[in-house]
Amino acid sequence: MTHPDPVSPELGAVEVHGMTRSSFILKGALATGALYGAGAISPFVGNALATGTSDVDILNFALTLEYLETDFYRSKGKSVGLSGQAKSLATLFGDEESDHVAALTKAITGLGGTPVKKPTFAFPVTNQASFLKLAYELENVGVGAYNGAAPSISDKAILGAAGSIVQVEARHAASIAVLTERSITPNGAFDKPLTMKQVLAKAGPLIKK
Amino acid sequence: MTDTTSHDGPQQPGAVEQLARDDVERKRFLKIAGKRMGTGAAAASLAAFIAACGSSSGSSSSTGSATASSSAAAAGTSSGSMSSSSGSGDLAIVNYALTLEYLESQFYAKVVKSGLFHGKDLAVLKRFGAEESQHVVALKKVAMSLGTPVAEPTGKFPITSAAQVTALAATVENLGAAAYLGQAGNIHSKEILAAALSIHSIEARHAATLNLLLKKSPTPNGAFAKPASMSTVLAAVKPFIA
Repeated sequence: MTHPDPVSPELGAVEVHGMTRSSFILKGALATGALYGAGAISPFVGNALATGTSDVDILNFALTLEYLETDFYRSKGKSVGLSGQAKSLATLFGDEESDHVAALTKAITGLGGTPVKKPTFAFPVTNQASFLKLAYELENVGVGAYNGAAPSISDKAILGAAGSIVQVEARHAASIAVLTERSITPNGAFDKPLTMKQVLAKAGPLIKK
Repeated sequence: MTDTTSHDGPQQPGAVEQLARDDVERKRFLKIAGKRMGTGAAAASLAAFIAACGSSSGSSSSTGSATASSSAAAAGTSSGSMSSSSGSGDLAIVNYALTLEYLESQFYAKVVKSGLFHGKDLAVLKRFGAEESQHVVALKKVAMSLGTPVAEPTGKFPITSAAQVTALAATVENLGAAAYLGQAGNIHSKEILAAALSIHSIEARHAATLNLLLKKSPTPNGAFAKPASMSTVLAAVKPFIA
């Protein structure tokens, strides 16, 4: 599958390891935290991804974040050792993020795309308190990432799926807030769409390869 | 009609004129120059809106009073074009959201005044109410940029105990989140979609919080939230409109 490349049309046709060039750049950008030409059309639209980014690329971006969250709740949650409601929420949310991974993977292959491989993550948390602090940050970043990317999605069914997922991420964020007495609505009355640069600033350092 | 909360702004013209103007002016900013509406006209406006959006087929249904029937005919024009013309289609969705936000805002205002809540719980409900009021202000502005904003409905909410109110709030917020999700795919304008998404996730936060206060799951539909159709939502809120 090829996609027009806004920078160089002929490069858009190049496939790297079964991914389009833009998917490859996306994955590389996420791993290194590098910029990928994001330019906001307007603050409200919050263009998380460069114009011309395909639905597959957006889904792969989301898939990377869902892999991150699943790994965080399941692996890190287990190694840190959680108790009480933190443990039950982490179990529930880990299952839900894992369901998101499955759904996004299926959506990507359904569109004829290649899902990104599961990266390796490292989460700098050592106890329940720091785990929950990072959980709060990650869920809020997830909301912003989906809200930022969704207006760029072309396929209505994919948009619906993204909406159904972002609502759950928002529910997760609020739950962690209630549990830890943090702000339920840290952005106030309107959640902010995040640009890719902003998402990468938070998530990028957690991705090892 | 007396506003129960201070949502000031220009007054709207009648329902038929409003819908005719929407089709013509859909891509332009409108200056609303209307006459003050009486209770009957406001009710007709909302009735026309509900008639336009209240059936899943999108065509107007002639249920209801004589007041609604002539507006319903005009509403049928608008609802028929809902899917084809971006401005009037988006306006209908924005007005739908605005109606829900008006009701939520009124509900919270009443709850806060009831004296049933104190301390942290009261603070949460006050905050949620303030956020819904901000949604009203924003959606009204968006509606005005597309055409005529729907008239503020008069809500009526049973308020008997803290437990009952919390349950009702949870019902309303979960429904609101589903309502926004149900419309995401129908919005033509990317900017309006972005605005709707930025509100949708707030309703989700509210819903999850209230679910937890009730010792219920913050994610009642599991990993994937379910959308609700406009007809489902309007039917569900009908008991709360006087």
